[in-house]
Amino acid sequence: MSETALDAAFFVRWMTAAAAAVDREAERLTELDSAIGDADHGTNMQRGFAAVVKALTEGEAPATPGAVLTAAGRQLISSVGGAAGPLYGTLLRRAGKALGDAAQVSAEELRAGLSAGVDAVGQLGGSAPGDKTMLDALVPGVAALETSFEAAAAAAGDGAVATVPLQARKGRASYLGERSIGHEDPGAASSALLLAALAEVAA
Amino acid sequence: MSAADAAGASLVGVVLVSHSGPVADSVAALARGLAGADAGAPVASAGGTPDGGLGTSSELIAEAARSVDRGAGVALLVDLGSAVLTVKALIAEGDELPEGSRLVDAPFVEGAVAAVVTASTGADLDAVAAAAGEAYGYRKE
Repeated sequence: MSETALDAAFFVRWMTAAAAAVDREAERLTELDSAIGDADHGTNMQRGFAAVVKALTEGEAPATPGAVLTAAGRQLISSVGGAAGPLYGTLLRRAGKALGDAAQVSAEELRAGLSAGVDAVGQLGGSAPGDKTMLDALVPGVAALETSFEAAAAAAGDGAVATVPLQARKGRASYLGERSIGHEDPGAASSALLLAALAEVAA
Repeated sequence: MSAADAAGASLVGVVLVSHSGPVADSVAALARGLAGADAGAPVASAGGTPDGGLGTSSELIAEAARSVDRGAGVALLVDLGSAVLTVKALIAEGDELPEGSRLVDAPFVEGAVAAVVTASTGADLDAVAAAAGEAYGYRKE
């Protein structure tokens, strides 16, 4: 992976691109969530990322990559309203804390930080890959960051699609048992959007 | 702290977090009612989103926890999914909830009654959490 140094502005662009992707795909996320969830993932994510962009672009923007992610995570926890809030909030906040107060971070440091965030998400939700959750996109996606941003986006997208034949073992979808099979997990789908947005701003 | 020491000392606060405002409010009313008219333990509900929808609001939860904090700790009881995750995330955050706030592993309705009754005797947070958790042991068949 390249030696690019990523600054706070890059991270603000990432969050802004993620918000735009969530906006664009909100209807699809809600459609996926209406099959196996309570049909609010798109609107919840839209509300959360709108709050993130507002916090990052109105007034003084956080000065370091770590502070950008920590602020974004906090906004998601307080404004999403569903399980995605604490899960995505924990992902970004834990990654932000791992990045510390460096003014710039390398792609490898970003990968390590996100990896710590992914571990925290697994702990919070008591879940692992294969449970048909956001981890099925995040785990392969973040691992592929070792190669490139594009590889990460592709691996996360593949991971999301690979949730289709799985039976849900976590969250509301788990109550459906076998009826959860055959539908893409909405959380994995939105996680793929997050990594696609990262690749988009890194390109 | 024993019940005898409770006079003049702080009581543990109880927060009830549900996906639904009416559920949280009703369980709080039920617990207060069953704890007795003189029950002193402060109870607050944090149900649904600020606009009245179904979901969980970290702001409402933090506000409720602050409102029942008397310095003896706050027991938070939760119902489903995002209520559990949001409280866990708030506790991990460290500075959002009053000191001594604890997520209590208990059935929502039965645990709420046990927690409020126990807290009203002046019991400490450990005892309140234990009483609420014991409600899991009451089988119904």
